[in-house]
Amino acid sequence: MKVPDLGTTLTTSTKFKVVDTSVPKVDGYALVKGKTVFTDDFNIPNALVVKILRSPHAHAIIRFVDASEALALEGVVCVLTHKDVPRVAYTRAGQGYPEPSPYDTFVLDKKVRYVGDAVAIVAAETEEIANRALKLIKVEYEVLPAVLDYEHASDDGMPVIHDEPEISGAYDPSRNIASHYEMHIEDVDKELAKCDVVVEGTYYTPNPSHAMMEPHTAISYFDPNGRLTIISSTQVPYHVRRIIRHIFGVESRVIKPRIGGGFGGKQAIHVEAYVTAVTLKTGRPARCVYTREETMTATNTRHAMRFKVRVGASKDGKLRVIDMDGLSNTGAYGEHALTTFMVAGSKTLPLYNKVKAVRFKGDVVYTNIEPAGAFRGYGAPQSMFALDSALDELAYKLGMDPIDFKLKNSIREGETSPVFRMMGEGREGVEQIIQSCKIEECALAGAKLFNWYEKKKRPKVKGTKARGCGVAFAMQGSSIPAIDMGGATIKMNDDGTFNLMIGATDLGTGSDTILAQIAAEALHTTTDKFIVYSSDTDVTPFDKGAYASSTTYVSGNATKRAAERMAQEILKAASEIMDKPIEELHLEDGKVISESGHSITYSEIQTKLFYSFKQRQLEVTESFVSEVSPPPYMVSFAEVEIDLETGKVDVLNFLSYVDCGTPINPKLARGQVEGATVQGIGMVLYEEHVFDKNGRMVTNDFFTYKIPSRKDVKNIKVEFAKSYEPTGPFGAKSVSEIGLDTPAPAIANAIFDAVGIRVKKLPIKSEDIFFALKNMAKSL
Amino acid sequence: MKVEFKVNDRKHSIEIEPGELLVETLRRLGYKSVKHACDTASCGACSVQLDGNPVLSCRTFTAAVDGHEIKTVEAFSKEGELSAVQKALVEEGAVQCGFCIPALVVTAEALLNENPNPTEEEIKTYLNGNLCRCTGYVSQNHAIMKAAELRRNSASVPAGNQGELS
Ligand code: FES
Ligand code: FES
Repeated sequence: MKVPDLGTTLTTSTKFKVVDTSVPKVDGYALVKGKTVFTDDFNIPNALVVKILRSPHAHAIIRFVDASEALALEGVVCVLTHKDVPRVAYTRAGQGYPEPSPYDTFVLDKKVRYVGDAVAIVAAETEEIANRALKLIKVEYEVLPAVLDYEHASDDGMPVIHDEPEISGAYDPSRNIASHYEMHIEDVDKELAKCDVVVEGTYYTPNPSHAMMEPHTAISYFDPNGRLTIISSTQVPYHVRRIIRHIFGVESRVIKPRIGGGFGGKQAIHVEAYVTAVTLKTGRPARCVYTREETMTATNTRHAMRFKVRVGASKDGKLRVIDMDGLSNTGAYGEHALTTFMVAGSKTLPLYNKVKAVRFKGDVVYTNIEPAGAFRGYGAPQSMFALDSALDELAYKLGMDPIDFKLKNSIREGETSPVFRMMGEGREGVEQIIQSCKIEECALAGAKLFNWYEKKKRPKVKGTKARGCGVAFAMQGSSIPAIDMGGATIKMNDDGTFNLMIGATDLGTGSDTILAQIAAEALHTTTDKFIVYSSDTDVTPFDKGAYASSTTYVSGNATKRAAERMAQEILKAASEIMDKPIEELHLEDGKVISESGHSITYSEIQTKLFYSFKQRQLEVTESFVSEVSPPPYMVSFAEVEIDLETGKVDVLNFLSYVDCGTPINPKLARGQVEGATVQGIGMVLYEEHVFDKNGRMVTNDFFTYKIPSRKDVKNIKVEFAKSYEPTGPFGAKSVSEIGLDTPAPAIANAIFDAVGIRVKKLPIKSEDIFFALKNMAKSL
Repeated sequence: MKVEFKVNDRKHSIEIEPGELLVETLRRLGYKSVKHACDTASCGACSVQLDGNPVLSCRTFTAAVDGHEIKTVEAFSKEGELSAVQKALVEEGAVQCGFCIPALVVTAEALLNENPNPTEEEIKTYLNGNLCRCTGYVSQNHAIMKAAELRRNSASVPAGNQGELS
């Protein structure tokens, strides 16, 4: 590789040495050996145990709190109520600043807004004492009527959930509307009148829990120099640091060790504020580990949404109208309220860019249940269930194969959609021409592999079972354009290794590994030469954190830039040492090689630079801000079997064909899609929260809230289309979220194919299918 | 009260509280690989081997293991060398966040001791109590099949050390 070509040859070449190989995860060995790598594994001497007293009421004013008995208990160190913490409004959402979510939250407030809302913070010497203290705190509540049905949250006369004067950024709190959004292209009603076939339907998606295995956990302490340090199981260490400063006016260092899954559930500040309050008050280290019940009831869920959809087409299969009228339930606080709703449009509508008229609008409302937040897919799975199901029905009515119909109307390379410009996250979006889109390959190669056409021809019913197949299309994004920024620092060592310092937050996805692969590719060496340090706000450069499918794209591009600049620094140093012009040098296998065949290793270069020649440390930092958000695409095929006697649905086969550009690490990329698929199957078939009439979540553990277990998962297959995104690092786009967009519509469409029932509400329960089958039989 | 038991061949003789659960004791003793992820015996993240059989340490009283032998994941990678199960899990990309992994290794090792040649269905059944929210299970089941094969092919490895790769 010659210097003038640096970078350019790499970006256009698809012959990689390190990228597009499945190297083992850089943290894999520590994890598989069970090393002490998670927040609660760290022994911090003298740490207090922090527990939270939570509201038993869905909506109430705290009249007074009497903690005297609790404080009298030996070993109780402090009890903090709303009087003891700063009254600063903020949002728990970990987003770019200023956040598009309303500032409607306090560390502790004099009002509680859902069962589980925090009332007091207790710190004690042991867990047992802390738990006993919780029982000794007396609280007098003035119980208020609660808003539990989100479809009526903004009806006249409903109680107002956010009547605090400090609230800002909410659309109309007096009517419980956290956010509102609307857009349109052309006139949908006029266009609908011209359509030959129109389909309408109302679709409901619920509010599942992330159910990551590691509960939310944080530890805080003053380091020997008095700097507040927070170790946290978070996806957004830099946002945590910023929000802690906003609330408490204190500078801190936030360290994210390994975290036991997040899926968006840790893209918010949860436990950090409580331990910080205790450490600031007592000067002592504080540790708070949520119970599973707290993780279920007092963090975040997905936003439940309702979409009224109208789609219309002309006889020739041309899609003319998409009209989506939505309603989203953000629960007690407006975390990610506006942005998840906008993503429900911005990450679905551009897929069908041939459409004439589009409207997307709706409210995001407050209710007195656990706040919703970021959750993998971020609104797109909710709306794609509605949109793709409606399009499937439209294709059926047109007498077209759904693959043909969806392909005919979907986006291709070189095209754009006005939606990209109109809809961003919380504001306008960014125009973009699609440079990589292999949706056609995904659909056609997928159909072949799945035996789609043969399977569709088979008889549906065999004895007491019916089988059917469904297909669903999806897109997502890669980062929030013009907002998301990530940095990377690379430092060369005298043993030929490099320290790669990134703010990017590996939440189990493998981002530390794929970023090391990107750096290794650009520096012509191997992944094991990289020692990765990520997500320590005092050590690593800024990164927005792990969300919006941005890490591979944004942090990956930052890492690639840093590595390319490091390559130049190495060549420059080598040219000085070897006394050869840079143009005659190139990098290969951890060495600089000259045209005349002389070579010097990276190790020799840095050793010379340390001790004997133009002494200096080679280190570079680069940043990357995304200008566009190239969507990955995916087509999924589901085959279901329905027990006609019980209504039970089994997903026998699920194939996803994915265009994520270059998969930097194919095995890890596949794992992202497989994991998302199974979470999607959970959302479709098993996961549902049940609330009692007072708004208390009944399904607050793994016993009552069922996530898919090993036996529930049948045959899942993932394939990658050959694709290359020119703006991505070595051609890569995102892959972590898109897998959750298709299971709901693909399975619902397959159920229709099998038994002719259009399911419009998730989760799909056996009894619903059973009764629908019965009704069908009756009406025959 | 006082109890004595072995963890990974190391003897512990300690005072415990009445009603103390094994998961708490083990974490207190520094075996942090044992995770506590639920309160309803539903997730399997706390699994350890008790005399070679997988048990939920969140549902086992420490008093009950007096005189017995516990194995945590640390027992399976002697001198840093990974067991066949561990190696296959890393190689197959079956370790995402890793929170479920120590317990998965411990349980899978017990399975392969009982049944060196399990079918995928047998793996799913035996490990059904080990929840994983990240991987969707596909790669994990695959890795365990692969580990079983590796173990069978290296049957010359001395007993008790099965699956160790050198
Ligand atoms: S901690 Fe969940 S089963 Fe023991
Ligand atoms: S790897 Fe995260 S829970 Fe299994």
